[in-house]
Amino acid sequence: MTVDSNPAEDGSFRERGLADLMNQDHHGMQRAIPLPARSRDIALKAGLGLLLALAMSFIALPVLALFLRSPLSSIAEALHDPMVLDALRLSLTTSGLTTLVVVIMGTPIAYVSARFSYPGKELADSLIDLPVIMPPAVAGIALLMAFGRMGLAGHCLSSFGISIAFTTLAVILAQVFVSSPFYIRQARTSFEDVDVALENAARTLGASRMRTFFYVILPVAMNGLLSGAIMAFARSLGEFGATIMFAGNFQGRTQTMPLAIYTAMQGDLDVALCISIILVAFSFAVIVLVKILTRRVYKRC
Amino acid sequence: MTKRILWATFAALVAMATFAAADDDDELTVFTAASLTGAFSEIGWIFENDTGMAVAFNFDGSQALRTQIENGAYADIFASANKKQMNALMDGGLINNSSMVIFAKNKIALIIPKGNPAQINNLHDLARPGVKIIMGTRDVPVGDYALQIIAGLGNDSAYGPDYETKVLANVISQETNVNYVVTKVALGEADVGFAYVSDISEDLSGKVLKIEIPDEFNVIAEYPISVMGQSKHPSQSQDFVNLVASDRGMAVLEKFGFAPV
Repeated sequence: MTVDSNPAEDGSFRERGLADLMNQDHHGMQRAIPLPARSRDIALKAGLGLLLALAMSFIALPVLALFLRSPLSSIAEALHDPMVLDALRLSLTTSGLTTLVVVIMGTPIAYVSARFSYPGKELADSLIDLPVIMPPAVAGIALLMAFGRMGLAGHCLSSFGISIAFTTLAVILAQVFVSSPFYIRQARTSFEDVDVALENAARTLGASRMRTFFYVILPVAMNGLLSGAIMAFARSLGEFGATIMFAGNFQGRTQTMPLAIYTAMQGDLDVALCISIILVAFSFAVIVLVKILTRRVYKRC
Repeated sequence: MTKRILWATFAALVAMATFAAADDDDELTVFTAASLTGAFSEIGWIFENDTGMAVAFNFDGSQALRTQIENGAYADIFASANKKQMNALMDGGLINNSSMVIFAKNKIALIIPKGNPAQINNLHDLARPGVKIIMGTRDVPVGDYALQIIAGLGNDSAYGPDYETKVLANVISQETNVNYVVTKVALGEADVGFAYVSDISEDLSGKVLKIEIPDEFNVIAEYPISVMGQSKHPSQSQDFVNLVASDRGMAVLEKFGFAPV
């Protein structure tokens, strides 16, 4: 299998999925370059250790502060606040639906992008990646200009009595817009890593294109696809800028967890902290899941 | 070639960082309620002309500004759209109590996009199913005032007991400051919004219409201003507060639709 093939081979720079980057452990450390003097070696190691400790505490301290800022009893109490419950329910359903949409629509797109070339492919690939770079606030205003009641497409839709902006549907649209590249990029890399020889073998043995895809390619790429889907889910869960601009801020309908944090921060800090802690827990779960999934890929080769 | 581009990018980043670090210490920082955006910008120009000292504004919902100050944001002056947020800072010992004055009054009005798509003509129409209403969150003064008005109307026999529930069911978004309410109505994304009388400024008058709310149901918004206890320029800050409360300041505020105290 070519899973661990050099991403920069052929001189072309193909970015690896985010999940791969997250899983690159520092095995290289053991093969440190021998230094002439032992004391310099120690100094270097101490320096690097200090840097690592600094970086770790820089990230760990704010997370720790979240938990220490408020006693657990008041956090538990905030958990019963209707604002928290509404936001939790809305966030989970919209992010779940978003992930479903992204996987169903993104998988064929990623496969085509990984295997075939067609006119305008460069442009299509760049366009698919654009939302990763685009600031979410820009995405929000762009969506509003397109699908708002007075927007380019929204104007036509509203004459049929369909309104999108400021509804739960708008929350999902905003999430699909910003999170789809996270899945498609990862899926593209996973499909590229499936050896063409496997595919050819299946085809010469008489399997149809569809059968090959579902029984050979998909199982091999599955872990990568799963971790891509989890990343897209996580990105949807955290989506803020595009949502508040395009879907508005209304409890139970469009106020997802990040919006609830922003709103509660100006009123009841305990509620804001409670939702933050739930989201931190989710983030940890996502990292662990992605690590486990991608590690299995590496072990297989 | 790639190396050169990398170095140029690096140099540009360093230059930007140095530029950003060169902070101007010789200016007044004024945390100002979003509804005062137009009026205070103009008063700021007058102050700069008079004294030569620059004024930097942070316009946002009063509750957001209060939270920022409580969490360590630096401000010389705080101007709030209600007394609640000012009192919270006063209780925290963060403002110079003797400098606090009420300098303007305001009222709530309904604003409607040009063309009036939902045919809103009076307060009864707000309860009609399908009307898209936009207002502030319960924490931002403009949202707090709107909730008080809707509750008051609900207690009146002319509107009926289920008026409040019906109106609140029509709310499509709760914004964190009044400028977002006005923008979204002006864009035509909502049928009606709860904003201030002062928000229908000259440049917006072509985009939005106004429906007044009768005084018996309306609330009077009182705007307090104060010098912060942490101010590094206390005397200049007091000069700014005095300018706001002076006849010249009042003239600007009245031009933007505020009522004098």
